[in-house]
Amino acid sequence: MEIPRHWRLQKQRLALVGEVCPHCQAKIFPARDVCPECGGEAKTAFKFSGKGEVYSFTTLHSVPAGFEENAPYTVALVKLDEGPIITAQLTDVGEREVKIGTPVEMVTRRIRQDGDERGMLIYGYKFRPVLRMS
Amino acid sequence: MNDRENLLLKPARAVGIVGYGVYIPQYRLPASEILRIWAGDEGGAPVKEKAVPGLDEDTITISIEAARNALARAGIDAQKLRAVWVGSESHPYVVKPSSTVVAEAIGASEHIQAADLEFACKAGTEAVVAAMALVGSKMGDYALAIGADTAQGKPGDALEFTAAAGGAAFVIGPAENALATIAASYSYVTDTPDFWRRQHQVYPEHGQRFTGEPAYFKHVTAAAQTMLSQLGTTAADYAFAVFHQPNTKFPQRVARELGFSKEQIETGLLSPVIGNTYAGASLVGLTAVLDIAKPGDRILVVSYGSGAGSDAFDMRVTDLIEERRNKAPLTQQYIERRIEIDYATYARYRGKIVMK
Repeated sequence: MEIPRHWRLQKQRLALVGEVCPHCQAKIFPARDVCPECGGEAKTAFKFSGKGEVYSFTTLHSVPAGFEENAPYTVALVKLDEGPIITAQLTDVGEREVKIGTPVEMVTRRIRQDGDERGMLIYGYKFRPVLRMS
Repeated sequence: MNDRENLLLKPARAVGIVGYGVYIPQYRLPASEILRIWAGDEGGAPVKEKAVPGLDEDTITISIEAARNALARAGIDAQKLRAVWVGSESHPYVVKPSSTVVAEAIGASEHIQAADLEFACKAGTEAVVAAMALVGSKMGDYALAIGADTAQGKPGDALEFTAAAGGAAFVIGPAENALATIAASYSYVTDTPDFWRRQHQVYPEHGQRFTGEPAYFKHVTAAAQTMLSQLGTTAADYAFAVFHQPNTKFPQRVARELGFSKEQIETGLLSPVIGNTYAGASLVGLTAVLDIAKPGDRILVVSYGSGAGSDAFDMRVTDLIEERRNKAPLTQQYIERRIEIDYATYARYRGKIVMK
């Protein structure tokens, strides 16, 4: 049972909320309160657009405990439009080919359950190939 | 019933749909697959195929994407919402609200009303009525009403053809900022045991042919006829009509009996290609209509929830539709985003394989 940890990370996981540095305007994800670019204090919340592209990726067949139900799945380093590179699962890929540079967008999905079927459900960000807009 | 009695719900302040959004999962199970497994490839089916949620999708994730689409069209900050209501019969938790997860994910304020509603397939439209009341009474300017489901169908049962996944979200707000105004709603409910799912049961039970005449047809007809007679309108006044769609035939027949043409209902009749999205069904149909409707078009929407009841709405599209509809994916785009799966994959995705 890791309820407090999941609860603390909710805003970051559900809404892709990180921080923006008030000194150098760098966008920071995940939140760390200190700017990795200029070293200044950075506690201003910033909501990312959720748009980005695949920086690199790999498909997992042997997966960590708790993720077995979803195997196999693809994990990517996603470079967000605002700068940071984050690790996340890709979803809804289907037969589409994933490549470095594939444009992706954030969706909120069920990541796993905490423990067994009695545990809390953990939701968070994944990325999918951008839906075609008319 | 006295025709002169005022049975319509009309808000004190005029309200309407400020933004709408839809979500339909990409997987499709063709009815032919169910016939292959359970009927030796024999017999007919009530739909062509149905939408199936992926392994990481449920009513909460469907609601979140539909809500984000609705907010994108509304063009308002989620902080302006005064309520988030989610209607569904497949809330992921039995106890713990879906609505608070949705509210947090879309960035709504903490100073809001949030609750889950349950009334079989009409929980979503009931949320719309509640949102109309909240905005119409000026207790708040905007409210989010969602109908979404990942419906359960017992393997081999008639409902397995249709029990599908999808949802729609509506930002209800003042009429002057609406892409479609809602003049009134009217609801008709009785205690009718046509379909239910008891506590701890995985699959619902239904009354076979009892789900037709005394259930769906009686309530949808009563709600629609009362709405029309009290407004003094006829079927000819509406450009579009959307009826709850548990299959293909029921909405077609009720539309015909009420005097609506095939052309008036075909845009909003999606059950043949996505199945019955339960609390989402009539509302997802409405999103498809709003995707193509023109300013001035009048729309009749009638939901149906087993148990049983119907909510009817009289809507009129405004000039704001043109600038807002392309701010989020259209319903047909989600329908065209289609990956066909076989029964085995369906069984895995829907958790029908015993693992321990």
